[in-house]
Amino acid sequence: MGRFAPLLPELILSIGGTILMMVAAFTGRRGSGATTWLAVALLLAATLALIGAPSHGGLLFDGFVAADLFASFGKAIMFPAAAIAIIAAHGWFERDAEHSSEYAVLIVFAAVGMSVMVSATSLVALYVGLELQSLAAYVLASYRRTDERSAEAGLKYFVLGALASGILLYGISLLYGFTGTMSFNGLAAAFGRGAPSLGLLFGLVFVLAGLAFKASAVPFHMWTPDVYEGAPTPVTAFFATAPKVAAVLLATRLCVEGPGPATDAWRQIVIFAALASIFLGAIAAYGQTNIKRLLAYSSINNVGFALIGLAAGGARGASSVLFYMAVYIVMTLGAFLVVLWMRDAEGRPVESIASLSGLSQTRPGLAAAFAIFMFSLAGIPPLFGFWPKLVVFNAAIASGYVSLAVAGILGTVIGAYYYLKIVKVMYMDEPAPAYGRVRQPIQGFLILLAALAVSPLGYLLIGPLGSLTDKAAGSLF
Amino acid sequence: MSGLPWLSLLIAVPLLAGVLCLFAKAEGARWIALIGTLLDFAIGIYLWTQYDPDGAQWQFVEKMALGGGVNWALGIDGIALLLIVLTAFLMPICIGASWRSIEKRVPEYMAYFLLMEALIMGSFAAQDLFLFYIFFEGGLIPMYLIIGVWGGAERIKASYKFFLYTLFGSVLMLIAMLYMATTAHTTSIPALMAYDFAKGAQSWLFLAFLASFAVKLPMWPVHTWLPDAHVQAPTAGSVILAGVLLKLGGYGFIRFSLPMFPDGSHQFIPLLFGLSAVAAIYTSLVALVQTDMKKLIAYSSVAHMAFVTFGLFAMNRQGIEGAMLVMLGHGLVSGALFLCVGVVYDRLHTRDIARYGGLSDNMPGYALLFMVFTMASIGLPGTSNFPGEFLSMVGTYHASTWAAIAACFSTILAAAYMLYLYWRICFGTQRNADAAAMPDLSSREWWLLAPIAVGVFWMGIYPESFIRPMRNDVGRLLARIERAAPAGDSALQPGKPQVRVHQRGNE
Repeated sequence: MGRFAPLLPELILSIGGTILMMVAAFTGRRGSGATTWLAVALLLAATLALIGAPSHGGLLFDGFVAADLFASFGKAIMFPAAAIAIIAAHGWFERDAEHSSEYAVLIVFAAVGMSVMVSATSLVALYVGLELQSLAAYVLASYRRTDERSAEAGLKYFVLGALASGILLYGISLLYGFTGTMSFNGLAAAFGRGAPSLGLLFGLVFVLAGLAFKASAVPFHMWTPDVYEGAPTPVTAFFATAPKVAAVLLATRLCVEGPGPATDAWRQIVIFAALASIFLGAIAAYGQTNIKRLLAYSSINNVGFALIGLAAGGARGASSVLFYMAVYIVMTLGAFLVVLWMRDAEGRPVESIASLSGLSQTRPGLAAAFAIFMFSLAGIPPLFGFWPKLVVFNAAIASGYVSLAVAGILGTVIGAYYYLKIVKVMYMDEPAPAYGRVRQPIQGFLILLAALAVSPLGYLLIGPLGSLTDKAAGSLF
Repeated sequence: MSGLPWLSLLIAVPLLAGVLCLFAKAEGARWIALIGTLLDFAIGIYLWTQYDPDGAQWQFVEKMALGGGVNWALGIDGIALLLIVLTAFLMPICIGASWRSIEKRVPEYMAYFLLMEALIMGSFAAQDLFLFYIFFEGGLIPMYLIIGVWGGAERIKASYKFFLYTLFGSVLMLIAMLYMATTAHTTSIPALMAYDFAKGAQSWLFLAFLASFAVKLPMWPVHTWLPDAHVQAPTAGSVILAGVLLKLGGYGFIRFSLPMFPDGSHQFIPLLFGLSAVAAIYTSLVALVQTDMKKLIAYSSVAHMAFVTFGLFAMNRQGIEGAMLVMLGHGLVSGALFLCVGVVYDRLHTRDIARYGGLSDNMPGYALLFMVFTMASIGLPGTSNFPGEFLSMVGTYHASTWAAIAACFSTILAAAYMLYLYWRICFGTQRNADAAAMPDLSSREWWLLAPIAVGVFWMGIYPESFIRPMRNDVGRLLARIERAAPAGDSALQPGKPQVRVHQRGNE
């Protein structure tokens, strides 16, 4: 049993998820309430089980996965995010005849996949985790199967995702073929022996391309707006947060532990993806009229900033990525929780930006919370969203990448425009018909919590969060 | 008493009042805002009286580490003190100016104003690089909302322009700050003021900070956001924008650019003098042809700010003290002028100069005060702008004759556009019946304008009260930048008398 102790979170989720599936199968629609809360409890239990993770090494199964602090940190932000995605859905699907208990089960399984992703220290584990998460995600995207947009989103996600998986697998096979090993440490040794061969480079590029798809980094982002728009909103909230963190963290670990020595080989790819994501995410968001599409571009934009931290390299860079993703997850979840609140008078969900018009007069609290998330995503101080950007740019400058930081920060100015647009619509335009009443005290409380966390009060978190990310990033080196 | 964290209180009082406002009704919010700003003003006065001009450079110092390299570090020197007092003085007046002219969404409006006051105070008091940036940049949000929600017809465009221009300048400064923190291994502003960066780096750092402060001040050619923002903002917004927010740019030059990058500053003196000269003359000419009152005063602000840059980059005592006095004087006068515009705008709802005329007949009190501020804006001796502009010109003359000539022309043009404005509004025939029927100043308006008039005369007649607190700080700054000061082209040259001895009888 001692051997499995470090895997406790995954064990809880896998076994619990399986049992939950049985419960779901037997209770059907009646049990949706029970499964929701059971799934949340499972995720919270898994989060609690993270306590006491070793700060270094922790390699399991001959270097297949690692239960180190880096992985634990990732899980500690992903599991609660997944739990919130379940809670959010609970109120949202209420009137939906198609809603059944599988939703929560799928998210639990996706969480297992993500958890394997962030712990993976071999290419096989990487692929297994990624596919487990993706399969759950494909189903989730098309969760409202009679809804055309949802079905389209699921199909699109699946086809493109399968393509990305193929690319990833091809890259893995190249890497394996040229090094004879699947473990990251083995890769590092191979890359460390002088200039990498063409085959290794190709393999690396393909693997990174596959990961960029999952993280929706440019140029593999095309699916994001469509899927985010089509998928039911709670699912979008989930996609934009936990799986994204998993993909970015996986890329970080891969780049640091895998071809680590051949820094220049992966760094230029990451720099390109980072800048392309920042600028495309910022510019393409201009013309959007659907709030979910806009947030999709916002998430592309944000991944770019996190990748700048990765490009900076070193423990400091990795730490900045963790910091960025931790705050990003809070801001994005908060923003999506507000979107979930957007209902017309009959209680049907609305997604148009125009419907937010004059929200500050019809719903001042909601508007204030959304404005806080928008300014925070734009990285305007004194809101807390400013700090992760600063940390990321600081890492870039400390590594001597001043021009990269300058380019990135100019991207924030471009991006600020569309975040401002939302605030403008809410605060400066004439009120649109008010939203219908929504009675969701838990979600309301979560919005409040998220808004407080990204308000200037968040600066109090810098100390503890900073030392935690430093330790977590340190476990990679 | 001295044990209290006065600077934190200075920031906390308006912040708390702002939060309270959100939970009040319109009338309650007005009173909360007024009391909050008056309390803050009281704290400002207390700081002024307790500040020891001959004491340590940094007083009322507070420091608390928040972890992760962030410090809640506050402290002020004489320069910051004066600007804090100016802010605290103008804020209650702004609230008073919005008392009746803002009718919709009053609690929110008051809350944003108070939030802005807290952020401005924070920027002046911050002693940590990033803390300064957070306060400095944070001021954008409330101002954006104030212009955008309560502004005029073109308010949306103006608010975007204001926000994005300023943000663009500031992010470049942020990169420079990160570089500084990485190189110098400290984020403490006093420590950085004594740190010598490599000469090559100083040029870049200077340019990055210039990008931010030049937009904020504003300097030509990045001033174009200002007329829009001023024209569209509600009266109190214009007052605070011209009176205080612009001063953040000048403060930035004094606090960061000059002491931290003296060599970089030296290198770019010709550029700064050139831009200031263009601003001084070109924007004055532009002001001359405006038909919109607010726009005219906005352009005159840009022209007046040229005195600040002239004086600062002359890098001598007269120049720097003059620049500071111009900032303070302009803070009072431009604020008062915008209030004067607000007074008639509230009555007639137009800023078109041609719609007014002959107001001295039906509004004698208004005409009197408006005259005082007009004269002050021109820089008449005895009013607040005179000592500053004079000192700044003297300092500039030490550094560059050409720059001083440009500055002089600016004063002449200032007389032209201000007198022309005054003539068109207060003198002449009464062309419009509605303008002729406007009542004179109400007692509330007297209460707003009279204190500023007192300040204007005080500064003009006894500027020593304002020079005294900053004298030592300017001395310290000069000691730091001495080596970088421009040589000047007006230094006395020893003559070379040619002695011709006529020798006779030799030929």
